[in-house]
Amino acid sequence: MAGKEVYLDNSAATRLDERVLEAMKPCFFENYAVATSEFGYSQGLEARELLGEARGRIAAFLGAAPEEFIFTSGSTESSNLALKGVAKALGGKKGKHIIVSRIEDFPVLHSAQALEKQGFEVDYLEVDGQGFVRLDRLKELLREDTILVSVQHGNQEIGTVQDIQAIGEICREKGVLFHTDATHTFTRIPLDVRDIHVDLVTVSAHTIHGPKGIGGLYVRKGTSIAKVTDGGYQEFDLRPGIENIPGAVGFAEAVGLVSEEENGRLKSLRNAIIGAVFERIPLVTLNGDAESRLPQNANITFHLVEGESVTLHLDMYGIAVSTGSACFSRSLEASHVIMAIGGDHERAHGSIRFTFGRYNTMEEVDRVVDALARIITELRKISPLGKTGGVQDGISL
Amino acid sequence: MAFPYNEIVLDHFRNPRNVGSMADPDGKATEGSPACGDMVTVYIKVDAGTKVVSDIKFESYGCASNIATASIITELAKGKTLEEAKGITWKEAADALGGLPAIKAHCSVLAVEGLRSAIQNYEEKHGLTASREATTEEVVRRKLRRVMNPMKGLDMVATNLVRKIEVKDGVVRVLVDLPENHQFSASIREEAKERLENLWDVEKVVIEFTE
Repeated sequence: MAGKEVYLDNSAATRLDERVLEAMKPCFFENYAVATSEFGYSQGLEARELLGEARGRIAAFLGAAPEEFIFTSGSTESSNLALKGVAKALGGKKGKHIIVSRIEDFPVLHSAQALEKQGFEVDYLEVDGQGFVRLDRLKELLREDTILVSVQHGNQEIGTVQDIQAIGEICREKGVLFHTDATHTFTRIPLDVRDIHVDLVTVSAHTIHGPKGIGGLYVRKGTSIAKVTDGGYQEFDLRPGIENIPGAVGFAEAVGLVSEEENGRLKSLRNAIIGAVFERIPLVTLNGDAESRLPQNANITFHLVEGESVTLHLDMYGIAVSTGSACFSRSLEASHVIMAIGGDHERAHGSIRFTFGRYNTMEEVDRVVDALARIITELRKISPLGKTGGVQDGISL
Repeated sequence: MAFPYNEIVLDHFRNPRNVGSMADPDGKATEGSPACGDMVTVYIKVDAGTKVVSDIKFESYGCASNIATASIITELAKGKTLEEAKGITWKEAADALGGLPAIKAHCSVLAVEGLRSAIQNYEEKHGLTASREATTEEVVRRKLRRVMNPMKGLDMVATNLVRKIEVKDGVVRVLVDLPENHQFSASIREEAKERLENLWDVEKVVIEFTE
């Protein structure tokens, strides 16, 4: 293995920032009490204060009031609460119709499918070739009994960033609640709930060098939502359970550590890898929009080769990436995102996702592209679909 | 945690044997398609007198287990008679590789199919095959024995996933004993359809689930 490992799967999980750990430590060893009610004991009141401060910092980042931000165990729980909570609150009153985009990540998609089984009606909003939801279709799909629209902010695989301003306005006009999964955009792309008509926002710490197991849901004041877990009265009676105060404190610290400068740097790394791949490797396609895109995400299909073979070879070079190939997924299904943008199995099969974080460097980009150039050439040599540089029939690029 | 692939598999993946195309093969077949995922092409040279596979090559558009299985299959088949080579099973290939993860069975079974089809291609060219048969429940069952159950690493018939088969007026209906929203339902449906749709007298394939 040549040198240090290169980790380019930062949308799946990130290395914890040491400063986050330092901020969390006192919550484990000094004040580890539960956040008590205001009539509790001193240590509990202090814990309550720590939690409140963390909540306030994250809420402020979203332009929200502290009581509009609910801590959860991460994006999956946040999105489950958003969809199922609204369905529970409004399903028996306003209606049973929900709209979600086709390229949502599994928490939203599978929550919607679960609600379908309970008698809710779900429309899966189409996207165009770049992954943008079709706003004209959204307008057509909205009905009197529509209770919720869920469209993500930035895509987990292809990085396309939606115009949530426009989507929010359409929903507001119809008086329909709007949820956005901002797991991959939070702190990377501005989102201020004072400017955007969004009622529910899913966020998580694990994508921004914070701890795993802590996330949150912004819930606009007055939103109809019911809790979906039974227990105590924590988190404004929406999310029972002993609060994860170390996680909350770490999450707030992680939010504070992201800077515009850093986001600019991620964008340079992203542009560098896309540029170098297109310059050095033939027969490649960029998946997702080139401009309206997560600063940390590059997703490229290397035609005529299969993704798991590429990731395994890259691993031998000490490089970690992910792929939309069916062979890589737990369900043996090709990426639903690439299929939804009009791609075929072939495009999903050879798609590789590179996601950058705080600790990546330009030197690593060079190493990765060198390795890729070699690997792709070798795999194309043994591919029945075409020899290096040439394409045979049956593949449209 | 170690990789789910052992050293033999990784070796065949990194240094595949008998890889490449063949200029004028006696038999050739491609299994799978870019539309559905992995793809393998197998080329064979056959000694006309002894009916022995004298040379064999493969190309793969697939994942590690697909490449490794194709590689080991070429080693197993070389020097064998057509009859012997036809009988090589996925299990034998997997054993020769020191084992493969169950979930990867479906990726690697294509290589076994590729070899059998290349032999069939040779036999057809040399008038060695029987006339085509009508699709019956039994034929469907046989075809489904090539569809792997990713949970077990064995085919879907052997693992009792096939609840019911119905063949009527060119329409094949298969009832699979899984909930429709099961992790592997979509993958199994796709593979089963792929196996059955190219039968000459089948017009439509419907894969249904018990829940």
